[in-house]
Amino acid sequence: MARTIQSLERAAAVLRLLAGGERRLGLSDIASAIGLAKATTHGLLRTLQQEGFVEQDEISGKYQLGAELLRLGNSYLDVHELRARALVWTDDLARSSGESTYLGVLHQRGVLIVHHVFRPDDSRQVLEVGAMQPLHSTALGKVLAAFDPVAHNEAMDSDFAAITPLTVTDPAAFDRELEAVRARGWASDVGETWDGVASVAAPIVDRRRMPVGAVGITGAVERVLDGEAPRPRLVAAVRDCARAVSRDLGAGRF
Amino acid sequence: MTDAQDPALTTEAREYIAAIDQGTTSSRCIVFDRDGRIVSVEQKEHEQIFPKPGWVEHDAREIWANVQEVVAGALAKAEITREHVKAIGITNQRETTLLWDRTTGEPVHNAIVWQDTRTDALCRELGRNVGQDRFRRETGLPLSSYFAGPKIRWLLDNVEGLRERAERGEILFGTMDSWVIWNLTGGPDGGAHVTDVTNASRTMLMNLRTLRWEERICDSIGVPMEVLPEIRSSSEVYGHAKGGVLDGVPVASALGDQQAALFGQTCFSVGEAKSTYGTGTFLLMNTGNQAINSYAGLVTTVGYRIGDQQPVYALEGSIAITGALVQWMRDQMGLIHSAAEIETLARSVDDNGGAYFVPAFSGLFAPYWRADARGVIAGLTRYVTKAHIARAVLEATAWQTREIVDAMKKDSGVELTSLKVDGGMTSNNLLMQNISDFLDAPVVRPMVSETTCLGAAYAAGLAVGFWSNIEDLRANWRRAAEWTPEMDPAERDREYQFWLKAVQRTMGWLDEEG
Repeated sequence: MARTIQSLERAAAVLRLLAGGERRLGLSDIASAIGLAKATTHGLLRTLQQEGFVEQDEISGKYQLGAELLRLGNSYLDVHELRARALVWTDDLARSSGESTYLGVLHQRGVLIVHHVFRPDDSRQVLEVGAMQPLHSTALGKVLAAFDPVAHNEAMDSDFAAITPLTVTDPAAFDRELEAVRARGWASDVGETWDGVASVAAPIVDRRRMPVGAVGITGAVERVLDGEAPRPRLVAAVRDCARAVSRDLGAGRF
Repeated sequence: MTDAQDPALTTEAREYIAAIDQGTTSSRCIVFDRDGRIVSVEQKEHEQIFPKPGWVEHDAREIWANVQEVVAGALAKAEITREHVKAIGITNQRETTLLWDRTTGEPVHNAIVWQDTRTDALCRELGRNVGQDRFRRETGLPLSSYFAGPKIRWLLDNVEGLRERAERGEILFGTMDSWVIWNLTGGPDGGAHVTDVTNASRTMLMNLRTLRWEERICDSIGVPMEVLPEIRSSSEVYGHAKGGVLDGVPVASALGDQQAALFGQTCFSVGEAKSTYGTGTFLLMNTGNQAINSYAGLVTTVGYRIGDQQPVYALEGSIAITGALVQWMRDQMGLIHSAAEIETLARSVDDNGGAYFVPAFSGLFAPYWRADARGVIAGLTRYVTKAHIARAVLEATAWQTREIVDAMKKDSGVELTSLKVDGGMTSNNLLMQNISDFLDAPVVRPMVSETTCLGAAYAAGLAVGFWSNIEDLRANWRRAAEWTPEMDPAERDREYQFWLKAVQRTMGWLDEEG
């Protein structure tokens, strides 16, 4: 499995060359610098150009780094930016659902809570921003694992600890549940993390439809569930909120 | 903040309050339901006119056109018509000054915006041998180019023939509340020429205790009393909308924007305070039926008055640079890409590394009032990184809040029990925790962040009986988040001493004041 792909290594060498020292280089400069035939080098450059990683100056014919590379470098979404964008929508979700609202992102092997809105009653509550929750038992974690491949790997590598008697501890059963989550677009947690507490969550995506986080509500099963399943009104409110935040991040209507 | 109608509501009686926020950069209309929830929002920016350095103007005709447009837009988005709107409330940028012709309704000049400094020299002249506190005892305000009175005088002196027309009674003065209400209620065709006590308290022409125009001060500043609107309470029916999409709806509240936020945050008891964190920051504390003179550099102002009840006063402190400092880190220093990223950078270290940042970019404001001060970053060593500076940036806002709260305590003897916050910077958790730590008091964020519009809606709804009393409004208030102090008291005191030392370093930077 230690085999590497030669043409990718060569493409990386081209990009490194264009990133250092002189900004623009001609075909023969590049070919001699990385020690390849002109034809091979031209093929590499043409492919990189198609992907937007390299641009060719029309007049001089010289090559330089492309805009797509810059975009890649800046695509990381700051969690504080995510919270600022989500603020009004999560407030509204808490009010319309009557439950506390959480915004979570993948962090190391779990869900990091980056925003928390209190349940809108006058009870004493403590801000849980900065807390970590498990991926395999929470609604937020299931959404991340279902839609983000990195989160999926982390979840499947986890210990699947039985946090409550209802926690799903069988990796295969968990993976089947993620299938269902992907199909319907939301996840739930019924007493799998806290006894008597249920959650509903949905994914937030950015302008490239990449999952960047999950938003959800958490409350007593008596309020959140209607029979076995979450109340449709609450599911709709959570999904509306996720869509609204995604739209604010530049995702198209969906 | 959904644009679509909640299906649960369609079966109930659909009754709403519309609030118009005529702000410095835009006009907005928000429709609220009985729970104080936002049903729809419409907003439109207007042009900022800069004829000379330090001058800022608005085209009042553009503003009135935008107000009509956003009202129509908000009603359309909420899918309602005037039958569903029980009252209209107004909140506005304060102190911005307009004179217009009462028969044609045409402004005689662009509105002079509160930020405009063209009356600096005039204010010094008006201070005569007494200085900037010449009218403070009656009005609660220092002589400053912010306030409306000197701006009226400037217009009368500089627009040809205006003083004569004003003295003949052909000209009306108003802050933006008066302009919007006069136009809403018919304009030249019987429009109500009124203002509310909170806006009137920012003119430097009203006596804070009598709530009437002070003839002696009007004389001294050179404002003929014929141009002045009638001073009314903040919550009563001034008239009914004439024409337009709101035809027949009662116009039932007016509050300056900061006072509206105080009202929207339901700070109805003595000692309750709100702080709005935007580009700058405004902190207002309810001092009850007592107008408290400030000796600690604050401003005394009317908080609100409901109908014929006793007026409620407030102490106000403002910080010139808060969000603006984060923007400066982004735009001038390039240390962050977005304002929210300041928190990421700041959290990459555990403390300020010994660095303190006093952003006295245009002098020190409350409670120092030192025009000769300029910004400093103090305590630098080779250990300090950009992340420590980011910490110092956030701490600067928190320490300045502490200084204002301390000044309020000194003036009023009232201890702050908790601080209600709103504005864009409330999404910054580290800043909110810093404020709570430095004040040694809980900091609470309400669920509706649009407290300014909500305040205007509340006052209008009270006037028409949509809400029966302020307890109804308190019941609507919802806590979205709360930060409690976690800082060791000894450390707090040590840090505060360093901050105060850094503040001292800013003073006397310019050789001459002004």
